Amino acid sequence: MRNWLVRDLAGIAVISAVLVGISYFLGWIPIPGMAYYNRVIVTIGINIILAVSLNIINGHAGQFSMGHAGFMAVGAYTSAYLTYFHFQPFLATLAEGPGRFALQQALFLGALLAGGAAAGIAGWVVGLPSLRLRGDYLAIVTLGFGEIIRVLILNIDKIGGARGLSGVPAFANFFWVYFFVCIVIIVSWRLVRSQVGRAFLAVREDEIAAEAMGVNTTHYKVQAFVIGSFFAGIAGGLLGHYLVYLNPGMFQFTKSFEAIVMVVLGGMGSISGSVLAAVILTVALEGLRFVKEAFGLTSDPRMVIYAIVLILLMRLRPQGLLGNRELGDFFRRRKGGDR
Amino acid sequence: MKIDRIIPAVIAASSILLFGCPPKETTGAGGAPAADEIAIGHLASMTGGQATFGQQTDQGIKLALEEINAKGGVKGRKVRVITEDTQSKQEEAANAASKLISRDNVTAILGEIASSNSLAAGPIAQLAKIPMISPGSTNPAVTEKGDYIFRICFIDPYQGEALANYVANTMKLKRAAILRDVRSDYSMGLSDYFKNTFEKLGGKIVVDSSYSQGDSDFKSQLTTIKGAKPEVIFVPGYYTEIGQIAVQARDLGITVPLVGGDGWESPKLIEIGGKSLEGSFYSNHYHVDDPSPAVRDFVVAYQKKYGTTPDAMAALGYDSMKFLAAAMERAPSLDGPALRDEIAKSAGFQGVTGTITLGPDRNPLNKKLVVLEIKDGKLVLRATVDPAADAAAVTAPVETATAVATETAATK
Repeated sequence: MRNWLVRDLAGIAVISAVLVGISYFLGWIPIPGMAYYNRVIVTIGINIILAVSLNIINGHAGQFSMGHAGFMAVGAYTSAYLTYFHFQPFLATLAEGPGRFALQQALFLGALLAGGAAAGIAGWVVGLPSLRLRGDYLAIVTLGFGEIIRVLILNIDKIGGARGLSGVPAFANFFWVYFFVCIVIIVSWRLVRSQVGRAFLAVREDEIAAEAMGVNTTHYKVQAFVIGSFFAGIAGGLLGHYLVYLNPGMFQFTKSFEAIVMVVLGGMGSISGSVLAAVILTVALEGLRFVKEAFGLTSDPRMVIYAIVLILLMRLRPQGLLGNRELGDFFRRRKGGDR
Repeated sequence: MKIDRIIPAVIAASSILLFGCPPKETTGAGGAPAADEIAIGHLASMTGGQATFGQQTDQGIKLALEEINAKGGVKGRKVRVITEDTQSKQEEAANAASKLISRDNVTAILGEIASSNSLAAGPIAQLAKIPMISPGSTNPAVTEKGDYIFRICFIDPYQGEALANYVANTMKLKRAAILRDVRSDYSMGLSDYFKNTFEKLGGKIVVDSSYSQGDSDFKSQLTTIKGAKPEVIFVPGYYTEIGQIAVQARDLGITVPLVGGDGWESPKLIEIGGKSLEGSFYSNHYHVDDPSPAVRDFVVAYQKKYGTTPDAMAALGYDSMKFLAAAMERAPSLDGPALRDEIAKSAGFQGVTGTITLGPDRNPLNKKLVVLEIKDGKLVLRATVDPAADAAAVTAPVETATAVATETAATK
């Protein structure tokens, strides 16, 4: 096996162990409201996966996709379909014990990966024709596809249609969400520094020049799209199993916009920027609930403040919080100057 | 590039401050309630697509709260309602429910109106063993999520059957057309329940056609319907499309009345439909001009406080708060399980929207339902289905509920 792969796998193993430790620790902290804070932390994780995966498409490959929620829906419904209709009834026949627990985790991982794969396939099907378009056109086409996926789900009665799928097993937890946060960050990080990632950047910077240099632009664009969709599917699966309820209304285009806002705010093409923006926006949205209480207001100013924060950030930092750099670059004392 | 470093730091710091600032334990104005207050959570769509639902319910609840506290509260303790916005989104509803339960230590939760949001918040209340009472989720699945989840409104099957019964037995009409909204689960469900009962009662569905929420042209469906010569058209959608459907139906020369469910309830309905809606009718939770003293008192108090006429959501919100307060007063303690048992035992509660007696499935039995007709641009009470008032109604709840549709107002 290659050197870096060994290192990454070892890293993932260590991180997993640490995550298990943290998840027990979080459950143990005895302050009031901890269940809610845990919920917020998990929501942050799901949003990080969404933002980082969209960043692969929008930031690194420079393709403006607005259909991320659609792929999320595919992943969410595929994995929920598997666990709800197949795995859950099967697990219920087994005796309680560590064996069942292990099997449940394995099956859940399988369901998530299947959801991701389904979303990836959907991304490929959507991407192949539409990625021949550029800029605004691509944005509108992906927006349309995202909506098509949602309307399709709306009309499949088996998975609940408009009434939603309730009773999805509550398999997702802190560990699984942050496990995939690590995976998506590592994959994204390795990707950018690989030959594929260089091709992504070439496509982003100048498609014609990239083509002239022998880069198969459509191939790489579709590749970015499939990888991004895969992780969107995973995020959807995690969301469904955490919320224990799915409804097509959850995956409207506004959900895609939320992910886009995170990517743009963090800085297009910056992985740590996406992570940072996902954390800040989720925390702000939840944290602003307390403004009303703290000032004894009668109506909730939460969304107004949230919007003002977004406007100010874009006014002061149009290139995003971190621009196209990574968090580490700031501590490295401007090595090589501004890019 | 100093600013590069400063701004992210400032933002990070300020969000940490906002998020992490500890609740003021003593004052009661901050996060945790003061010891002598009973905290109740309210999940409401204060913003987003269903904002009118949430705001109306919240006003109803606040009015009830004022009255309860003016009378000395519950068990001698003041009651406080913490309203959390769900933005009409499921994830937000779940987060808000979790916040209310684990951070604010609420005794019970009121909400949500939209069934999808109640379905997302329900499992959290169930897991924490905190009773949750939905004022207006009519989807049957909501209370099936667990024994801590209740509702005080009638459910869709009940409404569909009541309407079918009214059309077939009271109005003696035998040919109905259905025009349903395929994108709304509410409309689809209601149509099915109406169809089943109507056919059982000897009626005939001559056409069953559909439209999609957001459509603005209904002429092709209406032309088909016109050709089938129905005596009545069942359109259980939301008020936004109903007005346009009515206008276009009259343009095509269809004169038969349109019939709908509680999704029609909105001041906007008549504003959009105008004269075209004359003679059409729909079922609702309560009638604002109902002469009964409970309704009159509520309407007068509401108008005095807010200056507007309360709609069904406000009435349901008001009832849910009063209903919960009554159960809390009776309960031996305010623990989740004790309160749950007491809510489940609720019987004969006299509310604005009728008498509420909860059945074993935590849905109200034999809830009152009114049929409102649009006449001269106003809503007129046409019939009241109130099996609870009829002492004879005992055996099969839903069937007797619909069998005793009585005409109250002499409007024909």
